[in-house]
Amino acid sequence: MRALRPLGTVGGLLLFWQLAVWLTGVPPYILPGPLAVGQALVGRASLLAGHAGITLTEILLGFALGSLAGALAALLLVASRHARRWLMPVLVMSQALPVFALAPLLVLWLGFGLGSKIAMAVLIIFFPVTLTFFDGLRRTETGWLELARVMGAGPSAMLWQIRLPASLPALGSGLRVAAAVAPIGAVVGEWVGSSGGLGFLMLHANARMQVDLMFAALAILAVMAVGLWWTVDRVMAALVRWQPDTYQNPR
Amino acid sequence: MAISTVSSRPDPLRAAAPVPGPELALTVPSLRFDGQPLFQDLHLTLPAGRWTCLLGPSGVGKTTLLRLIAGLEPGGQLRVDGRAGPAAVAFMAQQDLLLPWLSVRDNVLLGHRLRGMPRGERSALAEQAEELLARVGLAGYAQARPATLSGGMRQRVALARTLMEQRPIVLMDEPFSALDAVTRHRLQDLAAELLAGRTVLLVTHHPLEALRLGHRVWVLAGRPVRLEGPIRPDGQIPRDPAAPALLRLQARLMDELLASAEATEPA
Repeated sequence: MRALRPLGTVGGLLLFWQLAVWLTGVPPYILPGPLAVGQALVGRASLLAGHAGITLTEILLGFALGSLAGALAALLLVASRHARRWLMPVLVMSQALPVFALAPLLVLWLGFGLGSKIAMAVLIIFFPVTLTFFDGLRRTETGWLELARVMGAGPSAMLWQIRLPASLPALGSGLRVAAAVAPIGAVVGEWVGSSGGLGFLMLHANARMQVDLMFAALAILAVMAVGLWWTVDRVMAALVRWQPDTYQNPR
Repeated sequence: MAISTVSSRPDPLRAAAPVPGPELALTVPSLRFDGQPLFQDLHLTLPAGRWTCLLGPSGVGKTTLLRLIAGLEPGGQLRVDGRAGPAAVAFMAQQDLLLPWLSVRDNVLLGHRLRGMPRGERSALAEQAEELLARVGLAGYAQARPATLSGGMRQRVALARTLMEQRPIVLMDEPFSALDAVTRHRLQDLAAELLAGRTVLLVTHHPLEALRLGHRVWVLAGRPVRLEGPIRPDGQIPRDPAAPALLRLQARLMDELLASAEATEPA
């Protein structure tokens, strides 16, 4: 029943959309109804699947590499005072640049293929993961750390046995943000310069007034983004089952 | 000290058996806090195998004194049975400090885990941990998560974890303060029984708790801190809180605490 609730909301919106299209008589090259989009989804399935595969690869690789790089950067910041002093300002400055502005450069350097899109996604994902994970690693309950010190724990035991597990909820927040923005990175990269992918397909469909195909690509993109977010959300929730969720009844 | 040299397997009862505690002497030449002298030429001796209790108003420096002994604060000089050097202590705080992602048993074995004992050897100690859990009345809770336990149960796990460390000196910082009266009473009994023979320092703000458990009770007062006392209540611990002698001592201790609070508060 709970799983059906969002479907009900979406179904209601689709119904409203279809009715609005029928009642206003808006031409399909401006706004096609959901039925027309559905027809495009089915009719152009093989075309869409090919491009969707490219975009999905970009999203997944970008998410994996970006999260990994972000997590490693956070560990480096925790491990070394020098890294904190020299690296942190650079990290913050790198985010002051609009990353989208870098997209043409990335295409110039890395070409029209997967590389530039993955680099784009990594650039967007990297920072939220680093920041949240680093915050989680720093804000460890001091009582735990002092207890560990009295017990004779070394710095690495404190990091791996106490700081790291204690920071998993914060890392989870970072990864959820990363999962939500990874598709943006991939699609922006495709818009700037590419030879395939849903973003590429959308640009071409738009230019040819095939708005139904554009919506179909958008729907697939939405499903992939939600799917990635949902998977990350479930995995992180399973990893930090010990953390009480104040919006749910305990157990 | 080493009784079981023959058996290769750890004796499940050994952790609960008394570990003879040494005499511990702390000297603090000078320690300033916020520009004010907190301690000046302060000496505190914890007699071997006895409970020493520290009382005093909040902020007087009881916890700082305990942290100096634990090595969490620099500036103290320690002598264990006359020899200079750090002390092997176990530490128990007002918060249970259980790690929520570990089971109750793994929390009891936390010290071994943190010191890098391989998983295999740790699982050999599991039996000993479960024996200790049974001693604190938590048999059958080894696999439970801390979040599923009540405050009193959690503090009993913390006591078992403290015992598992098998340190001859045990430092306790208001370990029973957050508990209800009945649970506190039971845990005091349990701690007195299980920590018999060890050198114990108990920081508390309950006069009656100090008198139930302390062989020596000091009151901290003033800036820099003076140690007043000690009061040495008679008899075995844990003492009966209803005994008239204890209640008379409590009245006297209350007077001292009031005087201490006045001496410590800024003019």
